[in-house]
Amino acid sequence: MADPIPASHRLSPKRLRLVKERVIELLLFLAAFSAVAVTFAIVVILLRESAAFFAHVPLREFLTDTEWTPLFENPRYGILPLVAGTLTVTAVALVVAVPVGFVVALYLSEFASHRVREVIKPFLELLAGVPTVVYGYFALMAVTPFLQRFIPDLQGFNMLGPGIVIGIMIIPYVSSVSEDAMRAVPMHLREGSYAMGATRLQTALRVILPAAMSGVVAAFILGISRAVGETMVVAVAAGQQPNFTFDPREPAATITAYIVQVAMGDLPHGSIGYQSIFAAGLVLVVLTLGFNILGHLLRKRFRETY
Amino acid sequence: MAREDLKALRALIARHKLNDTLFAVLGLAATMIGVIVLLVLFFDLLRDGLPRLGYDFFMSFPSRRASEAGILSAWVGTILVMIVTAVSAIPLGVAAALYLEEYAPRNWLTDLIEINVTNLAGVPSIVYGLLALGLFVYTLDFGQSILSAGLTLALLILPVIIVATREALRAVPVAIREAAYALGATRWQMVSEHLVPYSMGGILTGIIIGLARAIGETAPIITIGALTFIAFLPPVPFSGDPPAGPFDWLFAPFTVLPIQMFNWMSRPQAAFLENAAATGIVIIVATLVMNGFAIWLRYRVRKNIKW
Repeated sequence: MADPIPASHRLSPKRLRLVKERVIELLLFLAAFSAVAVTFAIVVILLRESAAFFAHVPLREFLTDTEWTPLFENPRYGILPLVAGTLTVTAVALVVAVPVGFVVALYLSEFASHRVREVIKPFLELLAGVPTVVYGYFALMAVTPFLQRFIPDLQGFNMLGPGIVIGIMIIPYVSSVSEDAMRAVPMHLREGSYAMGATRLQTALRVILPAAMSGVVAAFILGISRAVGETMVVAVAAGQQPNFTFDPREPAATITAYIVQVAMGDLPHGSIGYQSIFAAGLVLVVLTLGFNILGHLLRKRFRETY
Repeated sequence: MAREDLKALRALIARHKLNDTLFAVLGLAATMIGVIVLLVLFFDLLRDGLPRLGYDFFMSFPSRRASEAGILSAWVGTILVMIVTAVSAIPLGVAAALYLEEYAPRNWLTDLIEINVTNLAGVPSIVYGLLALGLFVYTLDFGQSILSAGLTLALLILPVIIVATREALRAVPVAIREAAYALGATRWQMVSEHLVPYSMGGILTGIIIGLARAIGETAPIITIGALTFIAFLPPVPFSGDPPAGPFDWLFAPFTVLPIQMFNWMSRPQAAFLENAAATGIVIIVATLVMNGFAIWLRYRVRKNIKW
């Protein structure tokens, strides 16, 4: 009889396999951890360049001055005009997106037949896939001229047109997240309501909506975040002049439009103008983060569990 | 008396039923807004830009004369940037999703990763541009190149790919995993030979939607400083004198379709606006075709799989 294979040899393929498994797991972990690394890198880069910016500009001036002219001869560094522009455009967008998105979600979730939904939802998805620069063209060349028929003193660049277009753009986001929340409401709540003799609309508004409130609120907050961070539509169609106003008929720059405007010109690395876009970006991140946290809190406040 | 009540009741019911119908009509109208906007947008672009779309438009460099300008450097740039994006984002995104779905233990580190993936999906795209400007362009010294742009877009679409892949993996029943383990498969054998092939349709859908988004993304690439007037193509490997290295194109200056469109839109002459519209048609057709394909693919995957 031949010698039995030594135990150490017998084990080695198994051990090899174990090592391979470990290495693969480590690699996969590193890939997943890259998400943390990216967030970390964003924070570090924004803080590093902003710190250089705030070494030149007092924080007080940054937050209270009402002029933003970092590239002028006598630079003024007040972020307020950019924030005002951002909030105005966002407000216009919400006036469009919230009611429409809400009605669309309620309709698709409670009224539409299965077939209608199957046809319409892909269209809404396609709408969400249209690149923003194309929406910018639309705002500049179609929506603003159209609005000028009704508001004769509307300027060629204004915040109203881009605001409306951004509103239309975020309808799919708002409606799909709210619809998911509404459809997640258990069927027996609907059946209970119908059994009591309620119509579809009554059920939708008085049973489904309260039950799905946390998701609906989250959808609106998601919409706000999108509108605040939207860049190209505003850069194309709102003019790029910082303007401290909340009047949507006037041209203005948003935080994002300013960053684009500076990046288009060739600013030397390390100059105050270069650093100013990072400070503006930091404000943008703080704004969207603020809205996200608000959304999270509201979500918890309205959460219903079954 | 009772008859009066009955009448009032019937009137009430009729009114509520009417409200129901009215809301259904309103809902359909509101839903149609999206579809109508999509159509108006498309026809608006077609009307303005279709006359410009021809062989010359695709094969010419940008020019000061609007009628001679074309998008050769822009579409070549877009394709090259997309290659870099796909090569870096797909393995990274799928691997991250595999880890989170199949390997991750329940602990604070996993929670941290999950929170970050969710947050990154909500970060405005221009912030990725700032990250890339600080990190890729100046710290790692890649310059304002195709490599920087591709990596930037890869980071941008990473959450899209991760989320889609996880959903696809989650759709595979636990029984499949258990069966593989029961036959003595290791975890990686189970993942690579069963899970990934079975969820390929869903993963592919996510990848295509992510890449479609990357094609149209403008702001972050402007931020890293893509040039708008490029009248040359990146070096083809091993061509020219002295011969270009195999990876020289990665470090070449570039432009992409949306930036070319943005540039033409910001000029006052109407002729350039026609060019912008024509470029818009190219972008929108590319993204619609990709998104449409992804939607179709997802539909098919859902229909075909019966566990």
